[in-house]
Amino acid sequence: MPLYLNDEQTMLRDTAKDFVAEHAPVGHMRALRDAGDATGFSRDLWKQFAEMGFTGILVPEADNGLGLGHVEAGVVLEEIGRNLSPSPFLSTAVAAVEALKASPLRERWFPGILSGDTVAALAIDEGAKHRASVTLKAERSGNGFRLTGAKQFVTHGHVADLIIVAARTAGGPDDADGITLFAVGKDAAKLTVTPERLADASLAAHLDFDGVEVDADAVIGEVDAGGDPLARLLRGARTGASAEMLGVGGGAMDLTVGYLKERKQFGVEIGRFQALQHRAAHLYSEMEVARAATLKAQQLLDAGDPGADAAASVAKAMTGLATTLSVQEGVQIHGGIGMTDEYDIGFYMKRARVLAEMFGDANFHADMLARSAGY
Amino acid sequence: MTDLDTFRAETRAWLEENCPPSMREPVHGEADINWGGRRADYANKPDQKLWMDRMAARGWTVPDWPKAYGGGGLSPAETKIVREEMARLNCRNPLNSFGISMLGPALLKYGSEAQKLEHLPRIARGEIRWCQGYSEPGAGSDLAGLQTSAEDKGDYYLVNGQKVWTSYADKADWIFCLVRTDKSVKQGGISFLLFDMETPGVSTRPILLISGNSPFCETFFDDVKVPKENLVHEVNKGWDVAKYLLGHEREMISGMGLGSSGGNPLIDGAIATIGLDAQGRLADPLLRGQIALFEVRARAFAAMSERFIDELKAGQAHPAQPSMMKYYGTELNKSRHELMMASGGSDALEWDSDASHHGAAARAWLRTKANSIEGGTSEIQLNIIAKRILELPGA
Repeated sequence: MPLYLNDEQTMLRDTAKDFVAEHAPVGHMRALRDAGDATGFSRDLWKQFAEMGFTGILVPEADNGLGLGHVEAGVVLEEIGRNLSPSPFLSTAVAAVEALKASPLRERWFPGILSGDTVAALAIDEGAKHRASVTLKAERSGNGFRLTGAKQFVTHGHVADLIIVAARTAGGPDDADGITLFAVGKDAAKLTVTPERLADASLAAHLDFDGVEVDADAVIGEVDAGGDPLARLLRGARTGASAEMLGVGGGAMDLTVGYLKERKQFGVEIGRFQALQHRAAHLYSEMEVARAATLKAQQLLDAGDPGADAAASVAKAMTGLATTLSVQEGVQIHGGIGMTDEYDIGFYMKRARVLAEMFGDANFHADMLARSAGY
Repeated sequence: MTDLDTFRAETRAWLEENCPPSMREPVHGEADINWGGRRADYANKPDQKLWMDRMAARGWTVPDWPKAYGGGGLSPAETKIVREEMARLNCRNPLNSFGISMLGPALLKYGSEAQKLEHLPRIARGEIRWCQGYSEPGAGSDLAGLQTSAEDKGDYYLVNGQKVWTSYADKADWIFCLVRTDKSVKQGGISFLLFDMETPGVSTRPILLISGNSPFCETFFDDVKVPKENLVHEVNKGWDVAKYLLGHEREMISGMGLGSSGGNPLIDGAIATIGLDAQGRLADPLLRGQIALFEVRARAFAAMSERFIDELKAGQAHPAQPSMMKYYGTELNKSRHELMMASGGSDALEWDSDASHHGAAARAWLRTKANSIEGGTSEIQLNIIAKRILELPGA
């Protein structure tokens, strides 16, 4: 399969580009932030995403979705990134759908995702840094399980209808076996959800599970074998976050290159200065390489290729490095106005930092790749 | 099975049958690379010849060239399958050639039918080894400032001047050469000539490099008579050919970013020298981190190379994209060799010993420093990206 978008994917990209730019440009995010919006995104916009069919991209046709793949989901995510549009698309329409795809629970949750009524959140991280270990305890209790422990960096956790929780049912913290994945509904008793506003104005919650009771049918996949659906979830989430970062990095680069062509000092456009031309050209190169790595991961995921895990790590690390460079160069090249809240470039820097951290930063993924390569 | 699945199965079977086992071993140094040519000596390397001839007979030294010119006539998808299946078996490149990677594409686009029929099949069969007469002592990054002159003498051109950094000129059979046919204009006064290196008046002198090797030469032209029919494209239109060819040269050089096929010498070497700790991690944690982050870029660049070739074949690549590939690939290759030297420690510094394969690591490391100079420096590539792709002012 050639490593570029086919005609249908290109059409979808054009549709997504127009739609997101019209309905959720950077100004939309700025307005939500200025209003101190407590939801973190627009529910109306989420409904519109559903009407466009976007929320069903990864839902199989048999479940009334579009039955498309990660390339198509990535096309939408890139536009979300480019416009810094607050959206539960990544956690809901990508990660949660991936986790639930092979489970009977999809019948319960997919209709709401398709209609834009359901928002999902991912309770994976337990410390400030993403790790492979899982310690939140799930003990058998009556017909189900009792969950005890804490999660953090749970985007949309305070408003989610569905929270996917990675828990430990057997073994030690770092064991791949003994993990069980749960689909927990909102309003669960003994669950304390504390939303925190992050640097990019998005909201992510700390979750305290103080003996939260869930039914046995909330288990996604098999007990003690949640490593499988968790890995599927993370592959999709990492590849999706890469696509969103491509949009953030690409959007920041476009702003910066535009500024180089407009801003005049010493009587000429600053883009005439070779010192800046070379930095912009280097940035372009890094972003192109990151784009290729992301598309490769998406295609391998869609093909069910065993190399998809490594490719997702390469994509997440590479887009993290390239996008971080893009926003840093962006602020520096904008000069003083790049430091002002009035200009958008700073928003790109903050969003990039959040996405770079999400589901493992570049160092985490470089380390994973090194381990699997035997060093 | 689709047609392509069938093609893949047949390709795999044919390669397994026809690629000699020794041609599936990693390449150790220059002697293992087959460049073909009139002066190639296969006495001690019969498998190299066998492998090249078998591939050439199928047209697979140049799988995507038309059959009429010695190619395989394969579609982009089929060509990609051949490349993938060769990589799967660790097959060596049967024929390394500036004729294939640089001149061929230029002739396919700009050559006359007679020129195509004369030169392309010989390139495909590895019979003629070509060198590139571009840079001059006074024309490096400013290539269009070249002064080697070709005077119109009626039925021939009289060529006088000097080229430098001519790769393997002392081993090449023919040269494709940029010459000045009009002194009054810069780019518009350049023409593109082909001639035999055995023509009277051509001489070469190898240049000793920091690696201790001499892959580059000075090449001198003293009243060299070149027949008129050896002009490619029109007179004074050689810069078009030169630029088109440079794109292919940059594409070829960018391939260095991919490293070698089969195994990973950087990782294998680091493990061999430094060892693993109890958790199976490289015992030098800082170097491990550097290598791991380098490998992220190397793997991402492998995807970029695949994407670039696919886009190129589909006519979707930006015309200046080879500059990005060349810039990124060569800088990556230099980083790889810096890390290999850091991993190898003092072992990698040995210059002559048998254990070091006659200083292979150190010489290769030094050789890579030319990657970001030859074929247009990294700074020239960044200029091109800035102007042609980002369309920044001041072109």
